[in-house]
Amino acid sequence: MLSFARPSRLGQVPVTQTLRNGAWRVVELITTPVVPTDYLDVIAPLRNPNVLRARVEAVHRETANAVTLELRPGRGWRPHEPGQYVRLGVDVDGIRLWRSYSVSSAAGHPSGRINVTVNAVRDGLVSSYLLKHARRGMVVNLDLPAGDFVVPRQRPAKSLFVTAGSGITPVMGILRSLVHELSDVTVVHSARVSEDVVFGADLRTLAEQGKITLIERLTGADGRLKPADLDVLVPDLFERETWACGPGEMLDAMAEHWAEAEASERLHVERFRSTVLIAGEGGTVTFEKSGTVVETPGGVSILDAGEAAGQLMPSGCRMGICYSCVLPMREGIVRDMRDGTVTTAVEGDNVLVQTCISAAAGPCHLDA
Amino acid sequence: MTTLQRQEVNPIGHLTAEDIESIGRELDAIRDEVLAVRGERDAAYIRKVIKVQRRLEIGSRAVLLFSLFPPAWIVGTAGLSVAKILENMEIGHNILHGQYDFMRDPKIHSTTWEWDHVTPADQWKHSHNEIHHKYTNVVGKDNDLGYGIMRVDENQRWQPFFLAQPLWNLINALFFEYGIAAYDLNLGRNLKSKKRRNDPEFKANVKAVGRKIRRQMLKDYIIHPALSGPSFLHTMAANFTANVVRNLWSHSVIMCGHFPNGVSTFERTSIKGETRGEWYLRQMLGSANISGSKLLHIMTGNLSHQIEHHLFPDLPASRYAEVAVKVRALFEKYDLPYVTGPLPVQVASAWAKVIRLSFPNRKPTKAADHTIPPRMPVAEPVPA
Repeated sequence: MLSFARPSRLGQVPVTQTLRNGAWRVVELITTPVVPTDYLDVIAPLRNPNVLRARVEAVHRETANAVTLELRPGRGWRPHEPGQYVRLGVDVDGIRLWRSYSVSSAAGHPSGRINVTVNAVRDGLVSSYLLKHARRGMVVNLDLPAGDFVVPRQRPAKSLFVTAGSGITPVMGILRSLVHELSDVTVVHSARVSEDVVFGADLRTLAEQGKITLIERLTGADGRLKPADLDVLVPDLFERETWACGPGEMLDAMAEHWAEAEASERLHVERFRSTVLIAGEGGTVTFEKSGTVVETPGGVSILDAGEAAGQLMPSGCRMGICYSCVLPMREGIVRDMRDGTVTTAVEGDNVLVQTCISAAAGPCHLDA
Repeated sequence: MTTLQRQEVNPIGHLTAEDIESIGRELDAIRDEVLAVRGERDAAYIRKVIKVQRRLEIGSRAVLLFSLFPPAWIVGTAGLSVAKILENMEIGHNILHGQYDFMRDPKIHSTTWEWDHVTPADQWKHSHNEIHHKYTNVVGKDNDLGYGIMRVDENQRWQPFFLAQPLWNLINALFFEYGIAAYDLNLGRNLKSKKRRNDPEFKANVKAVGRKIRRQMLKDYIIHPALSGPSFLHTMAANFTANVVRNLWSHSVIMCGHFPNGVSTFERTSIKGETRGEWYLRQMLGSANISGSKLLHIMTGNLSHQIEHHLFPDLPASRYAEVAVKVRALFEKYDLPYVTGPLPVQVASAWAKVIRLSFPNRKPTKAADHTIPPRMPVAEPVPA
């Protein structure tokens, strides 16, 4: 007798699975040369399991410079852990740009919804775009949650959170999710003035309820917070498991302070990737896969420079019209030699650049 | 200028080397103006066209499930023909040129797009973007001149084979996508010698084309007809008709791009050391436009603006209409022939040429055409 539960001979795949794969192949033929989900995208962009997107369900203004987006992720989403961040792909003037934002809402919302809080940074294309244009119903691209700025399953007896400015966002996500599981929590937060404190009201409520000890530092009046100040503000400083998020200098100073006290393993930091790329002339081009590194002046194309260094390069017309020579730039800055346009990529971007008409305008890392 | 014009009167005889370089600079300036405003509007436009095309295709194929009924057959076939034309012309051709790469959307990108055509996108990008667009109308380099099966210039030697070229051209028009696939494979040349036939790259390309043909055939002639059940044969016929309509249309449009009267061709030797200005000028003289309504421009994938497309192949095609005003003014300023005309006129002109050249020349070609004019000193090498 035929048993359908028995694995078939085709690579130990159950018959039902084989049938499903076969059926799916027929569906793919119906839509060839594109895939079925390309048609699905036209009507239900959130249902595509291959491309993760999210719909903006609501927009809340936090301060003059910050806005919280309530997002409903589509198919393929995996819930985050408190303290993690997500990358959002937003089309700014027709160009998709990716930026990382910490999840500020509590983990485990039944519908999978998450909030991210966006602080407008100076010259920040994406943040200022979202501040002005984010609307309910808008669809953005999304990456799975990432980052190890999380509280371990074994909750610490005493914890401390040191934040400055928008550094509060991941911490807010942690507090909202875990404050009832943490027994002795101190939050030291600095902002320029009181009105600038993102989630100020929420933090103060938590403090009033006795769930956290809140120390607010207004740098406009009291000056920048130095790690030494923490010794006074938090007497049992090094007994606490500490999470810190804020500007680079603050984190560097804290790392040093904790190292001196030989308590480095108790300090966890989250850095904002605020790499500022300034266009210069020429630079070091690194081909990551092959390990080839070449110094190039501003007037030499990446294609010519790479070939001269023995790197195997895709190429075509060599005049910028055929797009056969494009390579992903993982990080760096290049200039179009025809019109001077500058293109930048930060970690995680993978911008495809035409190597035959692009010259390095600073250090560049190519995926080749 | 160094290019030899295969025409009775050299259309650029009056230009100095400085003129040509300033034409180049003015065209660069036009390009920069578009780049400065390229953005959200262009992204929204291509997304909209894709959306309309996909809806039209789904709708037409749904109607064709009932193609047993003549009205459904007519509506479905018409809709599918339009959808296929849009897919190849305004969407596929333009995306594969990298016109929308600036959006950084991996779904609408020249490196990932695959089109409803039997030639795989990457092979077409090589023969079209790389060879045809770089060597536009250079005899012996740009095989788009006659696709290697036709005599398209008085200076090409006549052979009895060419007597039948109107027939070849008609067959090519009906099955254009297969013609393009054979052309992208460089089939004629590669099948000639055993060494070429066994070249691993050629074999891999043949395999890729075979795979694509199989899938396309299965889709249009087996799967969709099968889904139609009792309408099997009717749906099959509808899909065949839509493919032929699309082929005839794209062949006609493409013939108008470089074949009509007044378009120049160039000697292979004339492009050595070509400057950017000279390259631009060759694109200007080697292409012809089609005049007409906005709908016509969309249905031709804006190849009705062939001149503008050849000058700026990677600018969003929907910008060509606005660019054309400035380009045309530039032609007038430098007293150059801007070849354009309504579709029927241009198609007729191209066909007339195909027929005329299927016969030996009536009079010997002008002796002057065989010489290469002395080269002007070129100050700078071609920018890479």
